Amino acid sequence: MSPELINLIIQATIESLYMVGVAALLGTAFGLPLGVFLATSRKGELFAAPIVNRVLGIVVNATRSTPFIILVVAIIPFTRLIAGTSIGSSAAIVPLTIASTPFIARLVEAAIREVDGGLIETASSFGASPLQIVFKVLIPEALPGLLLALTLAVVSLLGYSAMVGAVGGGGLGDLGIRYGYQRFMPEMMLAVVVVLIALVQLVQSAGDYLARRVNRRLRHH
Amino acid sequence: MNAHQSLAVGQPIAPPEAVSAAATEPDAMVRFAGISKTYPAYRGKPGVNALQDIDFAIPRGSITGVIGRSGAGKSSLVRLINGLEKPTTGQVIVDGRNISALTGRDLRLAQRSIGMIFQHFNLLSSRTAADNIALPLEIAGWAKADIKARVSELLALVGIADKHDRYPSELSGGQKQRVGIARALATRPSVLLSDEATSALDPQTTRAILDLLANINRELGVTIVLITHEMSVVRQLAKEVVVLDAGRVVESGHVADIFTHPKHPITQSFLAEVIGDSLPVSLASRIVAAPSAGGQAVIRLQVRGAGAGDTLVARLARELGLDVSLLAARIDEIGGQHVGSLVLGIPGSDDVQTRVLAWLSQHQFPAERLGYVA
Repeated sequence: MSPELINLIIQATIESLYMVGVAALLGTAFGLPLGVFLATSRKGELFAAPIVNRVLGIVVNATRSTPFIILVVAIIPFTRLIAGTSIGSSAAIVPLTIASTPFIARLVEAAIREVDGGLIETASSFGASPLQIVFKVLIPEALPGLLLALTLAVVSLLGYSAMVGAVGGGGLGDLGIRYGYQRFMPEMMLAVVVVLIALVQLVQSAGDYLARRVNRRLRHH
Repeated sequence: MNAHQSLAVGQPIAPPEAVSAAATEPDAMVRFAGISKTYPAYRGKPGVNALQDIDFAIPRGSITGVIGRSGAGKSSLVRLINGLEKPTTGQVIVDGRNISALTGRDLRLAQRSIGMIFQHFNLLSSRTAADNIALPLEIAGWAKADIKARVSELLALVGIADKHDRYPSELSGGQKQRVGIARALATRPSVLLSDEATSALDPQTTRAILDLLANINRELGVTIVLITHEMSVVRQLAKEVVVLDAGRVVESGHVADIFTHPKHPITQSFLAEVIGDSLPVSLASRIVAAPSAGGQAVIRLQVRGAGAGDTLVARLARELGLDVSLLAARIDEIGGQHVGSLVLGIPGSDDVQTRVLAWLSQHQFPAERLGYVA
């Protein structure tokens, strides 16, 4: 493979990491509070608001059931509004964030609901406010689950980021389609797939390692 | 209501007062006044009257046991004390403050003076023993250095100073509950609520934890409220007892009074757990309804009160000139009072037996004839 092509792969990998990284960050920034709220706002819970909970749940489900490629196209006006353009890696961050937020929220909700309800009662019994319970009890206790959820979200985002290549989003997917598919360069397609597999492996291993490290529940010694 | 009541005036015991003196008790740490708690119908499940007509006081500095079967309303009752639940009617006054009227920040401030320990310990798995104990102090906004000093003090108090950096998963059940106790005491509460705190522990560990609670009560003067379904816990630790059944207080008072003269069937069944009311199988199988020549009448008598029954068999034998045989006996101590039963074999005619029963009645030992053995 020529140095120019290798250079292209490196360039595309950086673009992909940029899109995924920023989208994961933003997705977490929106998805974490949303997920915590979904996990604590049913009837009788910490931030009880059953109606808001229902409405948010429906919105989350609706976003998650829209195929990603449709979502990308459907929100182009919104993307233009935010990013100034609908083409390129920065523009792709908008649909990636919108797709990952409800996904992360549901994963966060599941992880928070895993925390023993007795701990919430315990913290309440010594006068913790709802926000103190979230930050001092729920999030620390759910941390292993949250890290695994985030890992899953980043892996999914890598897949999505390849998809935005189809609509000119740049990155590894873009490279694979333009060179591997449209120019009949199977070695380029292979290279893109190999890089993606390596990235997913890396992310998954890192996530597993971190989740294990913070998990004090089952400590073998 | 029961057979003993009229007969069993018993041995001298402390004058009744305390818990039963209800909502007017001046030196009460906790007062329940006209409390009821109803859980409304929800999702097809009918509503539940968890508590009704609750009026009693828990004396300052006491160790008060609240005993009842599961579903009797114990958990609801204890959660009214620290405001985790609100009564449907009535007031709960804790240390002079109507906690059931407090909400938000006022309630959270009041909760800092009420500690609570739990059956399943409820420690944060992500925090070490020391950091678990620090949690209520962090929540109360203590300075880091103060927290550090206080946590060391508490770890020493509960006897696990060497477990400072251990995570809950590395601790035994007893050690976890010690952390729970230290955490509950962190903010120097005046009341400590224990919700079945020893129910998940083995008997030996239970004893150690109960001893620790007794020490804490003695040395810190903390009022302790024990929720339990285990008679052994009340017997070992409590001085006052409240017996709950189906959401109502059926008896309350000094442990010694209540269990030397149990009136309600529930109280009697709890007592039976300690002293047993069944005869040895070999004896029970030999008892018949009719007397036989040369046989004995089987008489069971209740022993209640301090030193009661110490010399009973000897006196009975001496004063009536009888060869009394001891067929079975079980005597235990509750609140410094003896409670138990003796099963005696009395030889001789009906006439003799009537004299024995009269003697026992005169000395205030409730007794019944179970039958005869050959």
